[in-house]
Amino acid sequence: MNRLILNKIILALSTLSAFVGIGFLFWILATLTYKGISSIQLSTFTNDLVEGGIRNLLVGQFMMALLATVVAVPLGVMAGIYLREYGGEKRMTMVIRNLSDIMTSAPSIVIGVFVFAFLVEPFGTFNGWAGSVALAIMMLPIIIGTTDNMLALVPKELREAGIALGGSKHKIVLQIVLKAAKVGVTTGILLSFARIIGETAPLLFTSANNQFFTMDMSGQFPSLTVSIYNLATYPDEASRELAWAASFILTAIVLFINLVGRFVTRNKH
Amino acid sequence: MTKETANPIMEVKDLFFTYPNAPEPTLKGNNLTIYENKITAMIGPSGCGKSTLLRAMNRIHDLYAGCKYEGEINLRNLENNKMENTLNLKKENQLIGLRQKVGMIFQKPTPFPMSIYDNVAYGLRLKGIKSKSELDGRVEKALKEAAIWKEAKERLGHSAMGLSGGQQQRLCIARSVALKPEVLLFDEPTSALDPISTGAIEELISELKKDVTVVIVTHNMQQASRLSDYTTFMYLGDIIEFGNTEKIFLSPEQKLTEDYITGRFG
Repeated sequence: MNRLILNKIILALSTLSAFVGIGFLFWILATLTYKGISSIQLSTFTNDLVEGGIRNLLVGQFMMALLATVVAVPLGVMAGIYLREYGGEKRMTMVIRNLSDIMTSAPSIVIGVFVFAFLVEPFGTFNGWAGSVALAIMMLPIIIGTTDNMLALVPKELREAGIALGGSKHKIVLQIVLKAAKVGVTTGILLSFARIIGETAPLLFTSANNQFFTMDMSGQFPSLTVSIYNLATYPDEASRELAWAASFILTAIVLFINLVGRFVTRNKH
Repeated sequence: MTKETANPIMEVKDLFFTYPNAPEPTLKGNNLTIYENKITAMIGPSGCGKSTLLRAMNRIHDLYAGCKYEGEINLRNLENNKMENTLNLKKENQLIGLRQKVGMIFQKPTPFPMSIYDNVAYGLRLKGIKSKSELDGRVEKALKEAAIWKEAKERLGHSAMGLSGGQQQRLCIARSVALKPEVLLFDEPTSALDPISTGAIEELISELKKDVTVVIVTHNMQQASRLSDYTTFMYLGDIIEFGNTEKIFLSPEQKLTEDYITGRFG
């Protein structure tokens, strides 16, 4: 009888814990949705920050994130390929793999400060390029890690079969192995994008913020996340409402990208 | 089974093979002759080195750094009829040439993540064939030779991943046959398949020997006796006995061979 009672207790405790976790999550989402939606107007999307909208912020955030992606994806995928296909069991491979894993959990503010030191301070001004670089640095370890792991899932027989047909190693890796791991690698890229699109800390000291619409990345550059951070501390109601609206939109974007990522993976497995 | 004179196409001489970081060689001085247009089966208990020997024959081991070969694996050059030692090949290009002559089929079917057509055309394209009409012709011929044309012709553009296990394995055979190899190495090609698919593959292998020499590693002794002209029995990295399949199975010279064949161990 004892173990039946124990079983019930454990079951009750774990169910309770699950509900506490989910409860908070729904609380956050509900508040965000309620406050966010009630603050959104059409002008939120058509005006720039200076006129009480987020148009320039959305454009700025996506520009920096997309540029970061353009830099980080080829580098990350190639590094992942090196680690899994060419690195073997060399000491250097282990060192790079471990460093990359550590980088995944590096505090984003540290990355921001680092980029500040070598791309902001020397030029004397906050700039969008620096923001992009900081985001790219955040993406890199995630892409390296997923590429590495996804390539590891490709059976070695597939490589051998390619070699046995008279392929050279680089052709087999690029044309067959990478293709077989395509879904996983793409998911990794999407998830890393979802990760950086919501980051504030790496942008705080690098791109800073801008009230106006701009495409010039060599100066201060607008972003949703830094604006939310700033707006939330302003005393006037309008600013805080805009912060809610921006937060809601940002969450919706991140959620959407995550869902796409999951959908892509589920479809193939 | 085979009374007519047979022509050697491959000769393994005093072959020692050591895996990376292994303390001692896995193959310990193997000698073996493979005859042209015959099927040679390699049998033996797990870990005896039969797959290792097979994989040395097209140097697929070289995919992993640190493998050591000693001895000779000679392949007859069909142009001048001279035996040439494949262990002397160093450059990637030369190895690619070797693998186009000595193809390989694996235990698990290994279709590439692309269409059926592209699977077969892949090796041909690697070889440098670009013309669409030539590709079409050779893909069709290879699929026919591998007895999968009937099932595949309506869906050449579909992903090869949608085929059944047995069909995938025949596709892999078609892919290798398309390159017109001289020798085909089969590494337990049916052990992941159901009996009906196995039957189809065996029939196919018997058909293939008209054009190509076959070496097959198998765990299934009935398969070896049904299929092969010659059988070689290996144990702990040594070749214990080699001869006509009939002789090996009916009156083996070595006690060890007899014990294995009668199921006393292994």
